[in-house]
Amino acid sequence: MTTVAPTLEAPRAGRWTAFGVVSIALLVATQAFAFVSSPPDENMGQLEKILYVHVPAAWVMFVCFAIVLVYSLLFLWKGREEDDLVAAAAAEAGAVFNGLTLILGMIWGKPAWGVWWVWDARLTSTLVLFLVFVGYLALRAFVEDPQRRGQWSAAVGILGALNVPIVWMSVTWWRTLHQMPSSMQSMAKIYWLGMFANFGAMLLVMAYFIRRRYEAAAVARAAEHAAQAAALGGLD
Amino acid sequence: MAFHDDLRRVRAIAWKDLTTERRSKAGFNSVVALGVTILVLFGFALGPDAQALRDAAAGALWLAVLFAGVLAFNRSYQVELESGALDQLLQYPGPRWVIYVGKLIANSLFVGLMLVIVVAVGIALFQVRIPSAWPALIAVFALGAVGLVVLGTFYAAMASRSRAREVLLPLLLFPMLVPVLLAAISASKALLGGDLMHEAGAWVKLLAAYDLIFMVATLWAFEYVIEV
Amino acid sequence: MVIEQSELAIQAQGVARRFGARWVLRGVTLAVEPGEIVGLLGANGSGKTTLLRIFGTLLKPSAGAARIYGHDVVRETDAVRAELAFLAHTPGHYDDLTARENLRFAAEMLGQPAGTNLDAALERVGLGHVINERVRGFSAGMQRRLGLARLLLRHARVLFLDEPYANLDAAGIALMNQVISEAGQAGGAALIVLHELAPAAGMLDRTITIENGRVSATGPAPVPRVRIVPPARAAAQAGGRR
Repeated sequence: MTTVAPTLEAPRAGRWTAFGVVSIALLVATQAFAFVSSPPDENMGQLEKILYVHVPAAWVMFVCFAIVLVYSLLFLWKGREEDDLVAAAAAEAGAVFNGLTLILGMIWGKPAWGVWWVWDARLTSTLVLFLVFVGYLALRAFVEDPQRRGQWSAAVGILGALNVPIVWMSVTWWRTLHQMPSSMQSMAKIYWLGMFANFGAMLLVMAYFIRRRYEAAAVARAAEHAAQAAALGGLD
Repeated sequence: MAFHDDLRRVRAIAWKDLTTERRSKAGFNSVVALGVTILVLFGFALGPDAQALRDAAAGALWLAVLFAGVLAFNRSYQVELESGALDQLLQYPGPRWVIYVGKLIANSLFVGLMLVIVVAVGIALFQVRIPSAWPALIAVFALGAVGLVVLGTFYAAMASRSRAREVLLPLLLFPMLVPVLLAAISASKALLGGDLMHEAGAWVKLLAAYDLIFMVATLWAFEYVIEV
Repeated sequence: MVIEQSELAIQAQGVARRFGARWVLRGVTLAVEPGEIVGLLGANGSGKTTLLRIFGTLLKPSAGAARIYGHDVVRETDAVRAELAFLAHTPGHYDDLTARENLRFAAEMLGQPAGTNLDAALERVGLGHVINERVRGFSAGMQRRLGLARLLLRHARVLFLDEPYANLDAAGIALMNQVISEAGQAGGAALIVLHELAPAAGMLDRTITIENGRVSATGPAPVPRVRIVPPARAAAQAGGRR
């Protein structure tokens, strides 16, 4: 294990603002495309439009947690502080998309099943995942020392990511052993196109979110490092 | 030779934890008392109807074990933190996993014994009929307890040394234990009902896989959480 | 410093450490040679204990490097731990184990053979009459003596003692000084955090003062060290041990 290196430069934001504007504009465009291109669903009518946010958000959430896993492993392996900050930023973005998935799932559920919540396999495992990453973020909030916070949250992030398939499997079994799972009907090609286009746009938004959260964290850390240089005055 | 030394260290830590617990029985007794109290509260919540109690028995038993067990894990590190013993412990040569495995053994015995008592009381309180497949039921309880102890011992290494340890441990631990709880409750329930659907086997496999995966992962990661 | 880096017993280069936003150490550079016994002075909160904990592999420096006999305290923890003995401010015993059980636990963790004579160490620190009593009933001074017995068990080349005289009676102070000077004569080095110099009179080669996280002064001890064995022979012994 290596010590947090005292060399971390504050990132420059410049190009990322343009990136953010473009990706959000793209998301608006893909949403509009999906709205126009997809005919209303037989049963759900125009409500199926929710799925163009709900489903891509769920996919993006998985991407976020995969990033948490990879960067947590990288941090434990190399000990670079930047990796810890990226993992934290991805966890925050993941929690946002996770929350979005849950809320839209509930809004979908109200007309579809007549209640705000059913213990559907997908919805339930998404909720469990949300709680796992709430724990991850709570741990980060409760630990001040950067090295300790980095190592602890990396361990929690890796174990949490490892648990994703197991949680999904157990919840699915739990449901299917009693009744048929509620799943989306097989969808026409045109629905899938809208779905994937939105997924692509949302990925860019995710990258923008992570970058911005990373920048905020890195600026804060760089300020601490500057304070360190001042405190150590003339060292090296 | 070096490995033999490590095994001696594991034994020393497990012995030390268990001896400490044995000599201050108050800790174990109150954890068991809490487990039983939770069972009684579940009895009140679920009503006096015998059939309703029997149906809910598996879930109530496992939640009682979970809530009582969670207290054991922070205790296990409390003894290290009380008078700075952890500082000494970390300064001994040798790998860090010996600390984890030693505590794992001690906590397994602690939680295992607590589980036996709580389950025995629960069987009486909830008027459970012991099924003919009781050996399978014991296997389910053992596998479920191992999953609980593995993750509990691991997460307590962090939570016990953080601010807000009382809330942080359950917050981290409970969502992680969802597969254990679902599998253990479902399998126990199926077995208590005679396992007519032959579903307990799948759950037992899931429990075993969960235990194995997280035992390996926590053994690897323990060094990073204890030594910082 | 003419001496080779790896031959320094204790070395710190620009060691800094922060807790939250507070910098407790702001770049400490010091060196202690084998056979040297050095007092570490400074007001409360000046960073003495933090520095000792960094040498003891219990804390990682936020910046800078620390070495024990050339071994880096962050990267070569096992080698460092094999060299040092640490008497912390807190006793670090298990209250519900007896004195002998505590010591046996330490011996097993150190990988020492099962037959190690623990009672002799307990006799030496004056705990022979309470070998089988639980530590919970021990006074602070007795706990410190038990800590000393555990320290003796390690046969370490480097001693880090954090206010070793606290809670000790006159006999205890004499015992502590005996242990320190034996270690010094065997070529070991010691860094001792002190609040007052009186109990360590005649023990120290020199003192280092830390103020506000930096070394502010270093100089010879006010009362020069009394060596029972000439330095030349001590050095030869140190060579023989390696």
